[in-house]
Amino acid sequence: MRSLLRLFVAVFAVALLASSPARAQLTIEIVGGAGTTIPVSIVPFEGEAALPLSITQIVGADLTRSGLFKLIDPGSMRPSRAEDVRVADWRARSADAVAVGSMRPVGDGRIEVRFALVDAVKSTTLANQIYTIAPTQLRATAHKIADVVYEKLTGDAGVFSTRIAYITKQGPRFALQVADADGFEPQTIVQSNEPLLSPRWSPDGNQIAYVSFEQKKPVVYVQSLLTGQRRAVANFRGSNSAPAWSPDGRRLAVTLSRDGGSQLYLMNADGSDVRRITQSAAIDTEAYFMPDGQSLLFTSDRGGTPQIYRLTLGSGAVERLTFDGSYNVTPRPLPDGRGMVFVRREGGRFQLATMDFASRQVQILTQGPIDESPSIAPNGKLVIYANEQGGRGVLAAVSTDGSVRQRLVSPATDVREPAWGPLPRT
Amino acid sequence: MKNRSQQYAILVLAVLFAAGCSTQPSQPTAPIDDRSTTSGATTTPGASTSGAGSGGVSGSSVPGAGSAGSSSVGSNVLRDPNNILSKRSVFFDFDSFVVSDQYRPLVEAHGRYLAGNRSARATVQGNTDERGSREYNIALGQRRADAIKRMMTLLGAQDAQVETVSFGKEKPRNPGHDEAAWAQNRRADIVHAGE
Repeated sequence: MRSLLRLFVAVFAVALLASSPARAQLTIEIVGGAGTTIPVSIVPFEGEAALPLSITQIVGADLTRSGLFKLIDPGSMRPSRAEDVRVADWRARSADAVAVGSMRPVGDGRIEVRFALVDAVKSTTLANQIYTIAPTQLRATAHKIADVVYEKLTGDAGVFSTRIAYITKQGPRFALQVADADGFEPQTIVQSNEPLLSPRWSPDGNQIAYVSFEQKKPVVYVQSLLTGQRRAVANFRGSNSAPAWSPDGRRLAVTLSRDGGSQLYLMNADGSDVRRITQSAAIDTEAYFMPDGQSLLFTSDRGGTPQIYRLTLGSGAVERLTFDGSYNVTPRPLPDGRGMVFVRREGGRFQLATMDFASRQVQILTQGPIDESPSIAPNGKLVIYANEQGGRGVLAAVSTDGSVRQRLVSPATDVREPAWGPLPRT
Repeated sequence: MKNRSQQYAILVLAVLFAAGCSTQPSQPTAPIDDRSTTSGATTTPGASTSGAGSGGVSGSSVPGAGSAGSSSVGSNVLRDPNNILSKRSVFFDFDSFVVSDQYRPLVEAHGRYLAGNRSARATVQGNTDERGSREYNIALGQRRADAIKRMMTLLGAQDAQVETVSFGKEKPRNPGHDEAAWAQNRRADIVHAGE
């Protein structure tokens, strides 16, 4: 009887281990890192072992994945406060900075997380934070801490607390999913037996616009991520596609064929007050607002081949931006408004490129051969995009200076059309 | 327990039980009821989905307004394999939206059919091969569909009788990655209402 009980327990334990849910459907690997990395040590937080989730493991993974940091092993040292950090010990390990912290329960089931970042070279405290959180916020707090480390050590905003949207295809089934920027906790926003494309985050991160073929033609929907409610905002005669949010979240630019051809229109975000803003006999599509909301970039073949133009909304003036090559499409302005990422075709290869608006200089960012759908992280440092590997769609990311490359791996599905969400509003 | 086979039975049951516990619950989706639209419709009211923030969508029927092909002779003709009207696909060269001589008779036949049946409705669906930007390809497919509609209206079909839509590169007929597949996907299809 006792041996049977042991057997039962053993089987149950193994089965439970096997059943722990595969947390990430998208895993992100570094395939090329920056030349110089910042050496930083993340010391396991005091009290962390008692919790179901390791904050420092997530922080370390975030920083490693950025390609800008090198994690230094803390060995057996376990300072938990800035004042416990002996900088000489850490310089001896070649760490430039040390992150330390502690966690303890504080009634109501809540947890107090203390975190400090020490500069081991200058012997200063760069950050000192206390968070009081619910256990469900452990993962989000880890990302917040990683953002602080990133910002203090690079000078740029971290994007570890952002989310990405993307489309998956599995057999005949399409889904629009939203996951954390590290690929964890994917949620299905909408699924369909007909294609979905062009997911676009509203500036406040609460809504997603997208194109769906469920009515056997392209229709633009706007769906709330908070309530799940959605409405078709552009369902005119013909095709409705390429939604783009204005920076104030009040309007959408869309491409409509209702008046013939494919032309750009502006409408309120609820689909009302539709106005045509291009008047050409050509294809005008892929509108994308510049960060100041005063103009938008778009793709047009009015000059004979698809090229990128800028339309100034007040005056209606149109200026051509790309002149090299016969196929330059999918403009995505950088958050600082000083340039853009776009897709160019050269000798049959589709690759990403950047253009600086002041100099008009173009730099190739990726090699292709089938790179498409770039989306820029809200700190302007990383670009997520789609390409193909082994005959199926995969996502990849590259830093805007080309030095860091990531591959995003999904186990079974075909993944495409990534869209990087905004920085969370605190 | 008395014997080994009973022990194994419990073992199997335990594994099955634990395996059942390990299945990820699927995302709750609230099915959205079929909504077929009549051509010319504007926005449709949003359907509420479950608060988990996900929605399920079932396929819907081809939009097509009004009574489909009210002429009984018409529907037979459209399906008669000996009649050119049963052919529905026009293929295009790379980067082109010109209807070649090979396909003119087909397009003209459909145009004349619509001209002779004022209540008949059709949709022309434009497609592209898989190369290039998805959104730009929606516009290219649209251009192909529009070119066919133009030919039809020149023969007397009314503007209201034909809707043109594009699938871009999203619904390839041939999923291959070579020129033979691409040639099949650079295509516009004529779909009559009710089909």
